Amino acid sequence: MIQDEDLDLLLNELNHRYGYDFSNYARASLKRRVNRLLSLDKFVSFAELLFKVKNEPHYLAHVVEQLTVNVTEMFRDPTLFKTLREQVLPILATHPLIRIWHAGCSTGEEVYSLAILLEEANLLHKSLLYATDLNPTVIENVKKGLFPIGAVKQYTENYIQAGGKKDFSSYYLAQYEWAKFHERLSTNMIVATHNLVSDRSFNEFQLILCRNVLIYFDKNLQDKALTLFDNSLETLGFLVLGSKENLRFSTIAPSYAQLENKEKIWRKMR
Amino acid sequence: MAKDALDLPRHVVIGGSAGSLEIILRLVACLPARPNAIVTVVVHRKNDKDSILVDLLSSRTTLPVREVEDKEPIRVNTIYLAPPDYHLLVERADMFALDRSEKIHYSRPSIDVTFESVAETFGARAIGILLSGANADGAFGMACIKKAGGYTLVQDPASAEVGFMPRQAIERSPIDRILHAEEIVRFLPELLTK
Repeated sequence: MIQDEDLDLLLNELNHRYGYDFSNYARASLKRRVNRLLSLDKFVSFAELLFKVKNEPHYLAHVVEQLTVNVTEMFRDPTLFKTLREQVLPILATHPLIRIWHAGCSTGEEVYSLAILLEEANLLHKSLLYATDLNPTVIENVKKGLFPIGAVKQYTENYIQAGGKKDFSSYYLAQYEWAKFHERLSTNMIVATHNLVSDRSFNEFQLILCRNVLIYFDKNLQDKALTLFDNSLETLGFLVLGSKENLRFSTIAPSYAQLENKEKIWRKMR
Repeated sequence: MAKDALDLPRHVVIGGSAGSLEIILRLVACLPARPNAIVTVVVHRKNDKDSILVDLLSSRTTLPVREVEDKEPIRVNTIYLAPPDYHLLVERADMFALDRSEKIHYSRPSIDVTFESVAETFGARAIGILLSGANADGAFGMACIKKAGGYTLVQDPASAEVGFMPRQAIERSPIDRILHAEEIVRFLPELLTK
């Protein structure tokens, strides 16, 4: 495993040279990512990686993509999506325009999951789905709606467990290695880069989803990101976190109430 | 290895896969009322939302059993369980962290990930126990614990329901003790009093 001093050298370069600040990311996971990058790109030493980062600006996007975790699924934790379908969407339905923010959306699997729920609730036409991530490369896929076909069997099972009643294959076309999801699902998606570390609130939403992003942050950065979400959420709006993340010990906790069924969904009460 | 690791409590990490549940339950039951150690269990399991594993473990011990949440504090005399579908890492000697990155050996949680992380922070205070399983996960983690000066204990492959996993560990690095299930259950409380 790389040494703390080396990690600091790399983080310094990324911050001062390129403006990506990973200094408040959780260290244990970040060190694993750097190790992984060293072996993926077959560096003989850490010094070589550092040299490349310093001298080859075009290598940066790849580094940022590899240091962050971009593993995602459709309808991951199906019971959460079932709760969104049954308890949250009926409340959102009363709004003339529904604004949703997927923060840290990666390649977009969850954005499409929600778009499918919205379509089945006949709400997609009046919804705007903002999908943001700090990686410019991964979000290119969001508008394309291309996901590896090998994962679709699992997604289909997840969809059914999430209360899906339709034939899941009606949402995509199989093209060789890929499942291409229907363009009508992405019509109301707005895709942009946004860095939770350095960027500010840009709109007001009724629903914000940020799942398995905060686990990579330390407590201070978590609180900062949660405050950003708080500033971006309407009163009585909903905040959705990952299955092992919790609002309990955060500074914004007093204004929020968790749904009764213990899914990681909180409602902003004031 | 962490500086000042010798001031830390012992951290027992138990890894297992196919055929390991029964012996994990017995290991938990054999722990003294106050082991003065942290006990962390990493088992390969399905991502079922209402996991009964915490209840099962709790039924065998008076020690608190916690399925780890993000940034969970690490406390002595507590049994921690890696949650399904996350890798479990030690962020600091007093705090866990979770990671949802790629599977390792087709597994998340991966035993290697947790063992390596415990070895890095707890060094000579780490005790690695690797049990029955049909997967190569854990062998690297055991090597990390050994290299960091910790203690390694493997279930005798011949006595394990599935011997592949302990055998991989034995082939990869020197192991302090190779024991039958019954012997591990007798030996662990003894080891913790030393």
